[in-house]
Amino acid sequence: MSDVLLETRNLVIKFGGVTAADNVSLKIHAGRNLAIIGPNGAGKTTFLNICTGWIKPSQGQVFFEGEDITPLPPRKIVHRGVARAFQIPQLFTEHTALENLLIAVSARDHLRNPLMDMHAIPERDEMLHLLDMVGCADAADTVVVELAEGQRKLIDVAVALALKPKLLLLDEPTSGVASSEKHAIMEILIGALKEADVTSVFVEHDMGIVERYADEVAVWNSGNVQLRGTPAEILEHPDVIRDVIGEVV
Amino acid sequence: MSITTEQSKVNARMKNPLFLLWIIGTLAIAAVPFAMPSLQLLVSFAMAKGLGVLGVTVLLRAGQVSFGHALYFGISAYAGAFLMASMPGTDFVIVLLAGTLGAVLAGLLVGLFVVRYRGIFFGMLNLAFSMIFWSILEKFYHYTGGADGIRLARPTVLGNALNHVQFELVLFYTGVVLMVALGWFTTRWFASPIGQLFQTIKTNETRLEYLGVSPRRALLSGYLLSAALCGVGGVMMGMAQGVVTPEYVWWVRSAEMVFIAVLGGAGSVQGAFLGALIYEFVRTYASVYAGDIWQMILGGFLLIIILFAPGGLIAILNSVFNRGSGKGGLDK
Repeated sequence: MSDVLLETRNLVIKFGGVTAADNVSLKIHAGRNLAIIGPNGAGKTTFLNICTGWIKPSQGQVFFEGEDITPLPPRKIVHRGVARAFQIPQLFTEHTALENLLIAVSARDHLRNPLMDMHAIPERDEMLHLLDMVGCADAADTVVVELAEGQRKLIDVAVALALKPKLLLLDEPTSGVASSEKHAIMEILIGALKEADVTSVFVEHDMGIVERYADEVAVWNSGNVQLRGTPAEILEHPDVIRDVIGEVV
Repeated sequence: MSITTEQSKVNARMKNPLFLLWIIGTLAIAAVPFAMPSLQLLVSFAMAKGLGVLGVTVLLRAGQVSFGHALYFGISAYAGAFLMASMPGTDFVIVLLAGTLGAVLAGLLVGLFVVRYRGIFFGMLNLAFSMIFWSILEKFYHYTGGADGIRLARPTVLGNALNHVQFELVLFYTGVVLMVALGWFTTRWFASPIGQLFQTIKTNETRLEYLGVSPRRALLSGYLLSAALCGVGGVMMGMAQGVVTPEYVWWVRSAEMVFIAVLGGAGSVQGAFLGALIYEFVRTYASVYAGDIWQMILGGFLLIIILFAPGGLIAILNSVFNRGSGKGGLDK
């Protein structure tokens, strides 16, 4: 088994009477794509929120490359190498697709010179290539608010990749996208992750996507990992068929 | 960026009628002391006020409205006045720098607190700080001169004691230089990585945090720039008027800055100065010819702008001069 990149130990968090994380312990290995599946309200997004520092657990710890990152704010966790793409793309809507990437890379490397033109930064070509990698080269000069949801999703991922992360957490990368486009988007996305050599964790509801693109699957239920295994093992498990896929066994 | 690209950018700019209009406008302003000397002081006031408005404009780019930025206008003017009172004969440049420094330091102290808030809370907290300072100026009469204010004696200029007319001329051309230089700097800053990050506060702070940037720190950077610009404007106004009063930080002055920023074109560098110039003209001549109803005239003017040209005067000019070229709106 490959190296452990991120590890959670006994995470607990409650929202009122709802336990969103109930003693969650999980290891994420470098170089593998882990899919998280489970019914709505199982705590999948909460898990991503805890791993990226957006929510602090009431108990437990998160380690990234052996360092305890539990108390750190998201911006400091980003600097360690953990990036995030969102269910609803979090982009700068008044800027173009290319500008979103330039801002991302500027945030990483170019905050010292107040007179430097952002469009003239050395990484401009690199960012154009990144847009090309996610299949959005044509959208480079289009203001984000004018783009289709699928393109926005891909650009959201490209923005995260611009930070050169080691681990990318994706929350429902194909939600809100037409069924006919889901596989095409995932194909582009997984290809880009492979090219950038980034480990990924993605929350997903479409079992076809999970089966095809995940190396491992973790099943969430009632705030904890119920099962973990290969897509073939998990998707044929009777509990998963009953609780997640929704078919009568 | 290649030299060819840079050259083509410059060529494109030179062909832009609006850019040429700004050059002509600046040259026309520079000619005022000789062509229309009676307007010299009015234009000096407008340029000083325009610098303060530019400070408010910076914050508007991040979607934040400050209803208390006259605080920095006043602090710098009082800093200049106190400096001149304690060290008579101080040089003009030193007064300018000291006033600006005072505004930046105050901006840092207040900014560290207010950048935690957004929207109406940000606006009102700025107002609260400006009113606290106004009260201090009013109540500590023995130090501040109370409502009468204190005199800002005429400083020397590079070691030379100038007469009234000469000093006003120096002040006027310093205003022109500052307007062009700080307008250029602010435009460049908006286009820089830090300026772009600052402006994203308006659209998505969550993503900003997930880019590894503190939104508060990004806002603070712009807040300090805005305080500095207001500071430069305030000390210039103080030297032009020769007296500094608590009216400099009164809430009406802050509201006036927001008013002018909207009038000129919220978020536009050129709009800040254009708005200030037109505001000063309308205010001066409306108060002469329309007595007590000049505020009504200004209010009506703003109402028309908001209803029919929400992008302000600058958007009207953009649509007139860039019609057909597909250009318009504000530079990001």
